[in-house]
Amino acid sequence: MSDIASAAGRPPLGQSVWVRAWPIYPLLFFVVAVFLYPVAQILILSVFDPSGHLSLANYSRIATTPVYLQTLIITFKIAGWTTLLAMLAGYPVAYLLANSSVRVRDSLTLLVLMPFWTSFLVRTFAWMILLGRNGAVNRLLMSLGITDAPVSFIYNFTGVMIGMVHAMLPLAILTMLSVMQSIDTNLVKAARTLGARGGQSFWRIYFRLSLPGVAAAGLLVFITALGFFITPALLGGRRETMISQVIISVVQELLNFPFAGALSVLLLAAAAIVFYLYDRLLGMSTLSGGASASELAAPGHKSAIGRIGALAGERLIAVLGWLSDRFGDLWDRLFPLRPDRPHPSISRAILWGAGLAIVGFLCLPSLFVIPVSFTSGTFIEFPPQGFSLRWYQTYLGSVGWVNATIRSFIVAGLTAVVSTLLGSAAAFVLVRQRLFGKVAILSLILAPLVLPRLIIAVALFYLYARLGLVGTILGLVLGHTVLAVPYVVITVMAVLKTYDERLDQAAWSLGASKLRTLYHITLPQIRGGVIAGFLFAFITSFDDLTVALFVTGGSTSTLPRQMWNDLLLQVNPTLAAVSTVILVFVTGFVILAEMLRRRASARVS
Amino acid sequence: MTAAKTKLSIRGVTKHYGAVTALADATLELGEGEFLTLLGPSGSGKTTLLMMVAGLVPPSSGEVWIDGKLATYAPPNKRDIGIVFQNYALFPHLTVRENIAFPLQMRRVPSAQIEAEVKRVLEIVQLPHVAGRLPRELSGGQQQRIALARCMVYRPSIILMDEPLGALDRQLRDQMQLEIKELHARLGITVLYVTHDQEEAMAMSDRICLMNNGRIEQIGTPQELYFEPRSVFVAQFLGESNILDATVRQAGVTMTLAGPGGMELRGHGNGGAAGEPVKVIVRPERLRLLGEREAAENVAIGTLRETVFAGGVTRFFVALPNGPVLSAKQLSAGGEKGPRIGDTVRLGWSTEHALVLPERAA
Repeated sequence: MSDIASAAGRPPLGQSVWVRAWPIYPLLFFVVAVFLYPVAQILILSVFDPSGHLSLANYSRIATTPVYLQTLIITFKIAGWTTLLAMLAGYPVAYLLANSSVRVRDSLTLLVLMPFWTSFLVRTFAWMILLGRNGAVNRLLMSLGITDAPVSFIYNFTGVMIGMVHAMLPLAILTMLSVMQSIDTNLVKAARTLGARGGQSFWRIYFRLSLPGVAAAGLLVFITALGFFITPALLGGRRETMISQVIISVVQELLNFPFAGALSVLLLAAAAIVFYLYDRLLGMSTLSGGASASELAAPGHKSAIGRIGALAGERLIAVLGWLSDRFGDLWDRLFPLRPDRPHPSISRAILWGAGLAIVGFLCLPSLFVIPVSFTSGTFIEFPPQGFSLRWYQTYLGSVGWVNATIRSFIVAGLTAVVSTLLGSAAAFVLVRQRLFGKVAILSLILAPLVLPRLIIAVALFYLYARLGLVGTILGLVLGHTVLAVPYVVITVMAVLKTYDERLDQAAWSLGASKLRTLYHITLPQIRGGVIAGFLFAFITSFDDLTVALFVTGGSTSTLPRQMWNDLLLQVNPTLAAVSTVILVFVTGFVILAEMLRRRASARVS
Repeated sequence: MTAAKTKLSIRGVTKHYGAVTALADATLELGEGEFLTLLGPSGSGKTTLLMMVAGLVPPSSGEVWIDGKLATYAPPNKRDIGIVFQNYALFPHLTVRENIAFPLQMRRVPSAQIEAEVKRVLEIVQLPHVAGRLPRELSGGQQQRIALARCMVYRPSIILMDEPLGALDRQLRDQMQLEIKELHARLGITVLYVTHDQEEAMAMSDRICLMNNGRIEQIGTPQELYFEPRSVFVAQFLGESNILDATVRQAGVTMTLAGPGGMELRGHGNGGAAGEPVKVIVRPERLRLLGEREAAENVAIGTLRETVFAGGVTRFFVALPNGPVLSAKQLSAGGEKGPRIGDTVRLGWSTEHALVLPERAA
């Protein structure tokens, strides 16, 4: 009551936007100090020589050493093929998801997201089990008599492709799906009633309208793929070395930060060029997801490249439509449709068959680590020999593994707490305050999602080396918070956006203070979103190898770091036991987070 | 109408979704040049029926004949029909010209002829100047007309319209009703129209097919459905009705009935035999407030509960002593005349306006 009395006569203090926006400042300070500053520093470092003078020596070294250029070409080639294959495999799945009932869509989406929800290392390890010389696939092929000798699926280009396409498919599918869902289903029906065959209406209408999604997915997959190193390192051979692997060895073996900086600039430049071309061709707005398919498809003003691209695209679509039309005519002549009886849709059956096969490819492989972990033999093999818990005993009896596990939990827990506090506070400001430069601020906070993680890790290593934070829990938590905080900000913002602020106003008008309103009204409503953010942050930290690769080592290893060492040196069934534990734990955790998130947004809306 | 050629014939069409029956044994004929409306609440099966005519949903059983050809399971592109969708379904990436040309291209019509045809229909809908625009650059009413033009350009046997005015505001809707009606009359097109708006259906249709719970309740002209509803549902759905529970005392062309509280009523209709429970339907505009000495074939005495002045007409709600409240609608009288709330009033109506219908669990 006294609050009201004192504030009644004059405008209350502290109503300036800058003061009201205070909850965002801790996060801003943090992101600038632990992300922007070190990354800028490592990039700027690249244009200095060891004596501290401005020089392009690092770049001329790249340009004159064939190995680096070759690596760059390989990186582009792998990223390009990954993109192409992920598009081809992802499109039918996205189409099925977009055109099935809500229930089917929800459960299929869960399966498609499986790879997202399993530890990256576990997934890659699973492929090693499946595709190795004595792996399940080779055993099957040989027992069926299809081949006599084991086929080399891994330690070559094929292995890298399988691993990377597997890793990128969920991203490709979800990005295409978001555009496909905005396509009005009546349009295809209208095309059919207007006289178009199935093929024509698909190519000229549906496919044409889904193109922005295809392009956006292609861009995201390509740029993400450029920064990969785990898959090529574990599933590729020497000829599949990507630029990130070179950066790692430059840092770890040569400690040459300026040169690593130069290579990072190269990686970023490659991504930036792709972004630029994409923008010229299609416009950036397609990425934001806010625009609907119809707006995206509209022939607005475009650059010359854009017009040529559009023209070529239209021609291609017309040809595809014409071809499928002729094929359909031929088919009808061979198997005329009878108007007096229902006819099964063959194309639909094929589509479902292909779609489910791809979904199986996505969600089944990781499960192979489970049976393998219970083998009583000394080697990783499938089917496993007998049944025993000996590898779990080995895991729990090893000081190194147990310490790494405990350390991972501590780091992940602390990261989740710090990220949730910083991120939720910032999310409130971002959703509720009119802030100058909000887009720029949000972009800065979310930038760690887009920037290759490796560059962040190298930059942090350089920073920590001077501050003495290498090998410390504090260093890990700070680094992981940079990576995890965007997830918290995104989930909490999403819940807050659907939250009706009038509820808070009602609480104030009923006599509650702002703090009590937050505690009694707002938080209970958005709790699901905050907890989901917490869990995502936990998992991000728990699953991180990249930052841990530089900031930890030996006795200070985290679980992924320990796994990585073993995967490179001596693959053994202990890894399967560890993987099973991680798989069960992480997947359970993420499914819980996802369920909470869905329930939260369902309740608020 | 009977002499006209049959353009559409639906024979015993049924659709099940699992255990749910979306449409049960629908039979319907549509003559050339006729405007027939499928009317009903949502979930009544009208859209299912339309989609089966379009070939977008296969029926579980029954036959669909279009222009004398069996088309039950023919694909939509081989059916010779056109649909105007509720949201128009204009292709957003094609201009108005390209949208209208699309069905002709699909039929491999030479491009010179396409050009002429597009021009022709754009003139019919009075929008020749928007040919180069994209659908989103048009107003709602213009999109509506382009959707219609896209259907008319290839002269399908039947044009199906699925709540085409649902997205428009009241004023524009009234105007488009007139326009569609006028186009229908001028071009002699055959239209199967779907709406849940009873006024729209009555204003536009030659005949209305009223549907409920996956069944056809009644087919007939708007007048038939309004004045001679065959069920309580029809009476309630079209216009307003006072519905009284009654029991038949004496059957016949003019029936004598026992109304609520034993009140004697007279009515006409196919109600049923003596002793059977029935419903008596009287439209509010047929109820009159009686003066002191005025007599009527049916009279009910009650207390005036509420008066609602709505400009040209005034509504009176009169509570009968034994429960039911009757609603009467009269042209408004000027000044402060008329009964006041709480007054005892007498309502009267003639036997020809009291329709007796058999009771049916709705």
